Amino acid sequence: MASVPLSSRAPSPIHRVGEVVLDAVESIGDFTLFALTMWRQLLVRRPRRRVLLENMYAIGVGSIPVVVVTGIFIGMVLAVQGYDSFHLLQMETRIGAVINVSLVKELGPVLAATMLAGRVGSAMAAELGTMRVTEQIDAIRALGANPIRQLVVPRFLACFLLIPVLTIVADMVGILGGWALSTRVLGINSHFYWEHSRSFVTAFDVMTGLLKSIFFGGAIALIACFHGFHCAAGAKGVGRAATIAFVMSFIAILALDFFLGMLLNTIYHLAYPIPPSLL
Amino acid sequence: MSSTFAQSPSIAPLIELRGITRQFGDQQVVRNLCLSVAAGETVALIGESGCGKSVTLRLMMALLEPTAGDVCWSGRPVADLNAGQRDRDRLRFGYLFQNSALFDSLDVFENVAFGLREISDLSETVVCNTVHERLEEVGLSAEICDRKPAELSGGMRKRVALARALALEPAIMLYDEPTTGLDPVMTGVINRLICQTRDQRPVTSVVVTHDLSTVQAVADRVVMLEPVSRLEADDRQVIFSGTFAEAVASPDPRVAAFVGNTATESRPATENSRSQGDPACQNHVGDGRSGFDSWQDRKWCTDNGQEA
Repeated sequence: MASVPLSSRAPSPIHRVGEVVLDAVESIGDFTLFALTMWRQLLVRRPRRRVLLENMYAIGVGSIPVVVVTGIFIGMVLAVQGYDSFHLLQMETRIGAVINVSLVKELGPVLAATMLAGRVGSAMAAELGTMRVTEQIDAIRALGANPIRQLVVPRFLACFLLIPVLTIVADMVGILGGWALSTRVLGINSHFYWEHSRSFVTAFDVMTGLLKSIFFGGAIALIACFHGFHCAAGAKGVGRAATIAFVMSFIAILALDFFLGMLLNTIYHLAYPIPPSLL
Repeated sequence: MSSTFAQSPSIAPLIELRGITRQFGDQQVVRNLCLSVAAGETVALIGESGCGKSVTLRLMMALLEPTAGDVCWSGRPVADLNAGQRDRDRLRFGYLFQNSALFDSLDVFENVAFGLREISDLSETVVCNTVHERLEEVGLSAEICDRKPAELSGGMRKRVALARALALEPAIMLYDEPTTGLDPVMTGVINRLICQTRDQRPVTSVVVTHDLSTVQAVADRVVMLEPVSRLEADDRQVIFSGTFAEAVASPDPRVAAFVGNTATESRPATENSRSQGDPACQNHVGDGRSGFDSWQDRKWCTDNGQEA
């Protein structure tokens, strides 16, 4: 009986699943090696000051307007959506506590990171992808330089160092937006608004948000640069790299937010044990 | 640590490809390729589109890793070198990319200075002088230093890219389609610059090109590759290696078909063009400073707003 060559058979669903799994494992391996190489290059030699400052300006200063605008609106939206529920409970003055703790722990860092991923991450992937397609990355290697040190390290450092600043900006304008709407439009007393906020929001909450943002920044830079470096040929490849960079960054932000939230909550409860309830 | 090139015996070819195979996914672009380049030689790699010329050039410089086989620099397999040695030895190469590959975000000066700043702690004065010398060498003045690559014509970009590659004083120059997309006048200018580079320095050159005027003008030896898709199991990918005159007279119909027509159109080539003193190369040295010696070149460049 004549045997059918394996290659001529249509792949079964099991083969397809296997291919997807293998591709995923390969991608994770490539990304891990990419990240390790970046860390090694970061430790071997610092990037040139001018290159770093240029990246910091583009990534940090350039992102402030969009972070400010979205931050204000998020604060105001929280006030509008929360007001009715608190009004039913006759606890309107406590809305500031909820707005502010939500902002400093979750929404501020996630919002700043999302803006960074959308504005900077996809742009980085597109820029590096274009450099790859036009052989500029090969040209760097041909000139005896390491492209990861030249291109990735400054971007990583800029994201890593500046996202806490952007998070602080997002927190501040969000808090101001929530306060302005609550007190000027919804008529909540400003003194009690701040008093309840002060008693509810702790320094640990603020530090939690800032710590998470550092991880978000590092992840965004690495994911964007990785997809730029591994961009397929042509304009379509560059566009796809930019899109995937944003989508993957966003997924990474949410996943990191969840796991870091769990970890930090556990640490908090270990550091400040809750007394056992009498009930 | 001294470089591989310095350590190795001078008798070994400067670059040697030993049974190289390179695949991209399922597609084999280079198969069992054996090729060597001796010191001081200028080799032109020709062949149809897709036959693996540019990939071969990248393999020579270890910008790509072979799927099988060895790339040797002065007799030593590149695979035996650690990353640091490989990066150091790669500095002996200069590479002129097909699309110039100038860094968009940097101006002309920064582009040419890039390699100098990266590999050494040269003072800014030395870097500045070197950049201006290299630009002058390729017929460009210091006035274009502030321009971005997007503001340059194709010919100027090629020349800036050549200046960038020459800034590190390479021992081996690799040219990937140096005249593609250029008009005949600018093609002549680039050909002359390749000849000038070869004659002013002890440089070994490998030129990948479709342009037979370039082959005629610069090559000591012509190597023709056949696409892997057309090869039988035991066929060699290098189907011709010899002088341009031998290529024209080759009985192999594949070589004759590729070389014949253009050669008869341009001029009868009975001997190697370089040894005969090809007109395209004769006036390339000039005053030893510029690749622009004919007034026609200068006039054309001036008329087109380019530096000459």
